[in-house]
Amino acid sequence: MKCGIVVFPGSNCDHDCYHILKHILQLDTHWIWHKDEALNSFDFIVLPGGFSYGDYLRPGAIARFSPIMKSVIDYANQGGRVLGICNGFQILVESGLLPGVLMDNAGQRFICKNMTLRVENNDTPFTSQCKVGDVLQIPINHGQGRYFADNDTLKQMAKNDQVLFRYCDAEGNASDAANPNGSLDNIAGIANESKNVMGMMPHPERCADPLWQNIDGQLIFKSLIESSLAHT
Amino acid sequence: MTTPIPITPEIVAEHGLSLDEYARIQELLDRDPNLVELGIFSAMWSEHCSYKSSRPHLKTLPTEGPRVIQGPGENAGVMDIGDGLAAVFKIESHNHPSFIEPYQGAATGVGGIMRDIFTMGARPIASLNSLRFGDPEHEKTRYLLNGVVRGIADYGNCMGVPMVGGDIYFDACYNGNILVNAFCLGLAKADRIFLGSASGVGNALLYVGSKTGRDGIHGASMSSAEFDDSTEEKRPTVQVGDPFTEKLLLEACLEIMKEDWVVGVQDMGAAGLSSSSFEMAERAGLGMELDIDAVPRREEGMNAYEIMLSESQERMLFVVEKGKEEDALAIFRKWDLDVAVIGRVTDDGIFRAKENGVEVVSLPIETVVTGALKCDRPTQKPAYLAEMGTLDLSSHEVPADCGDALKQLLASPTIASKQFVYEQYDHMVRLNTLVVPGSDAAVLRVPETNKALALSVDCNPRYGYLDPYLGAQIAVAEACRNVVCSGAEPIGVTNCLNFGNPENPEIMWQFQEAVRGLGDLCRFLDIPVVSGNVSLYNETKGEAIYPTPTIAVVGLMEDLSLHCTQGFKQEGHVIALLGSNLEELGGSEYQKLFWNECRGKSPQLDPQTEFDVQKLCLDLIRKQWVQSAHDCSEGGLAVALAESCITGPKPVGATIELSGDLRTDALLFGESQSRIVISFPEDRLHEIEALAKTAGVPFSVLGWVGGQDFQIKINQKEFINQNILTLEDIWKNSLSHYGNRVTR
Repeated sequence: MKCGIVVFPGSNCDHDCYHILKHILQLDTHWIWHKDEALNSFDFIVLPGGFSYGDYLRPGAIARFSPIMKSVIDYANQGGRVLGICNGFQILVESGLLPGVLMDNAGQRFICKNMTLRVENNDTPFTSQCKVGDVLQIPINHGQGRYFADNDTLKQMAKNDQVLFRYCDAEGNASDAANPNGSLDNIAGIANESKNVMGMMPHPERCADPLWQNIDGQLIFKSLIESSLAHT
Repeated sequence: MTTPIPITPEIVAEHGLSLDEYARIQELLDRDPNLVELGIFSAMWSEHCSYKSSRPHLKTLPTEGPRVIQGPGENAGVMDIGDGLAAVFKIESHNHPSFIEPYQGAATGVGGIMRDIFTMGARPIASLNSLRFGDPEHEKTRYLLNGVVRGIADYGNCMGVPMVGGDIYFDACYNGNILVNAFCLGLAKADRIFLGSASGVGNALLYVGSKTGRDGIHGASMSSAEFDDSTEEKRPTVQVGDPFTEKLLLEACLEIMKEDWVVGVQDMGAAGLSSSSFEMAERAGLGMELDIDAVPRREEGMNAYEIMLSESQERMLFVVEKGKEEDALAIFRKWDLDVAVIGRVTDDGIFRAKENGVEVVSLPIETVVTGALKCDRPTQKPAYLAEMGTLDLSSHEVPADCGDALKQLLASPTIASKQFVYEQYDHMVRLNTLVVPGSDAAVLRVPETNKALALSVDCNPRYGYLDPYLGAQIAVAEACRNVVCSGAEPIGVTNCLNFGNPENPEIMWQFQEAVRGLGDLCRFLDIPVVSGNVSLYNETKGEAIYPTPTIAVVGLMEDLSLHCTQGFKQEGHVIALLGSNLEELGGSEYQKLFWNECRGKSPQLDPQTEFDVQKLCLDLIRKQWVQSAHDCSEGGLAVALAESCITGPKPVGATIELSGDLRTDALLFGESQSRIVISFPEDRLHEIEALAKTAGVPFSVLGWVGGQDFQIKINQKEFINQNILTLEDIWKNSLSHYGNRVTR
């Protein structure tokens, strides 16, 4: 199994993703430099968290124009699996691979803390190891994670079952109180129509090393591995 | 172009130099300096760069030990932690800029300390910050708190270096001068440490990083004077941070440092290109020639004066072997950084700079770096001590409702949880944070080993005000105690000494006493001071801050699985105290909150007791006999117990039974030192008691963990009985209510 991690100059969760995929999950893991133009054959690629080009304009707004993103878009359009985490999600939204936008957190502050998420759809390559209704504990770490989409888009997403995760309380209720950033309908992670591209604000790589008790994040990576095996 | 401007006494004064100092410059040069040269002297001889007031005292600190690879004098201290690895760390102030412009001041403080770390060849793995703000009710405090925290967050988060802890105090003594002390820890290979030395005649001088702009000119001089009514006008002297460029610089530097042709490197911090080039050349005992026109710049029309003195951020000076210039340029260009060869190392000990082919600086390097007039500043015991040294407890009533008093203490911004602040910082990135903020010390795994490092920063300024010698000792003791409570052995100290105007003999006395206290306790505990920073002139219109010798301690844990946290883990566990309760209310948060004063005696410290308590606690953690350990500090025993109840896996109550004849408020809220609250399963009680007896450490059972109520009885009489969830809500949310309150 071969996977790639795209490294933008301001990526800073790239090493963490690498550690989980390479050392914990034992995958053949490769770096992909943002100035590269070609993508080799990968079973899946990850756009990691960080501040791709400083995020001074809008997170992901510059990254979508980077040389590698042309190839990532082609790869996704041909059915390749792409996981965008945090800044990776923001880049996927900016580059049109996923619908909607990510705005400043409602509280106008950066938030780094553990969150609980409810799995909404497990019929995807990113969630197949979960059950619908499962409550996962995965930390968030962002200043611009407030998901928004217009009504038509939202209806379309509902019709296609594109919402994969919602922020919820420990009992699984997606209440206002459990919404850390004002995201529409508590949305924490979504997929594209054909479910080969997924973006999520929470960081599964931060809870996937068994040095810590919580390894809920492994479910996402293991789902990807499983679906890739099935695919090949 | 080079019409010489005559140097008048007014120009000398504008540069913050005394006429004596100017006369010395004339004497050393045997001529008048030109304006560019005067600017260089002004920056290099400022208190900030030359340490002229503090150096004679700092020399007395213990700086050596078997683990020390590099002590004070370089960008950061370096200590051997085994496995071929070194811990590289330092704490530094950015006080003056942060008061003038909190967001950029704090942000660039973080950027500066991180550069100090990666300049040494280390990857930064964790940061701390120690912040001091004025009275919470002061009109500027909330604005300064929010600005500083956002500045630290935006810079540190973008860098991908976790901000894992720190401390925050509020006191009116900081109304006019807040403190922002930033600490960073990095890891390097022990045999690949880079120093700021420009050796090898003919080697190339490489400028890399952001372009040079007009920001921060005279920053070093600004930080070497008191504030007055014109402080607002000094805003242009504050630099503007660009964390993205710094991130590029970090990655590029670590990449180039894998090459064996990198000779030396130094960050352009205070006094920018001047200090970095002069200091590097001075360490090598060589000279330097520099082409001003080659320096990348942000705007046209900048002259040599501005370029030599700009404090634009995110810039480094590299020395690489002659012939390797193109290789070096290629690496920096890969990271899209501005880079240029701007000069060469020469052999004559002279620094020469040319602008448009004309020599505009020609100065003997050693003279500039080491020639500042030595200041043996007079000291005098402050007059206030005689008056403030007494405390008549009989004039103060014990509170009628101690439960209510506890609630008020838990709500005090100095004691309340700092969750509101640390949730704005990425404290998890790089997957090393074993103990996240909110316990006594942060614990970081050392990647690819079974070891961990524990970090804590501390200083209670009120003790320092009442007794600077004890205040500094207690800061060291408490930072070490925090590290010990996490299961690590303290191995090294870095310090940031924040004081008022050293030209005032009373301030200089405070400084001298604090350094003496710091040195004495570090010698006693056998922990070297490997790096540090001094920030003087923290004074506005004659009102100085309390002496604030901030101490950060790094501890080493050989087996990371043996780390410990402060929260009670399980119902039924026994709660006990290592150490003694004394009648000490001087300088306490309780005294300030309820009596609105800071007077009397600081808590006392017996170094041997402190050492014994810490050693026993560490033994107990390593034997895995105790499940929690928590240092007693601000708010005393009652607050420490409540915090342990709140910060476990789930909030849990406790039943505490105390006895004795101390004043009730002193027993509950007094801040006696050398005390640690532990908890453990009941079947360990006899072993632990026996070990404490052997160690000669006072040991007393306080009660047990359980239920939903936090109850304290003294001599069978109930003084506190509160629902633990109520206390949790107060402690956890007070600071966020404060920070989020909108004022007009």
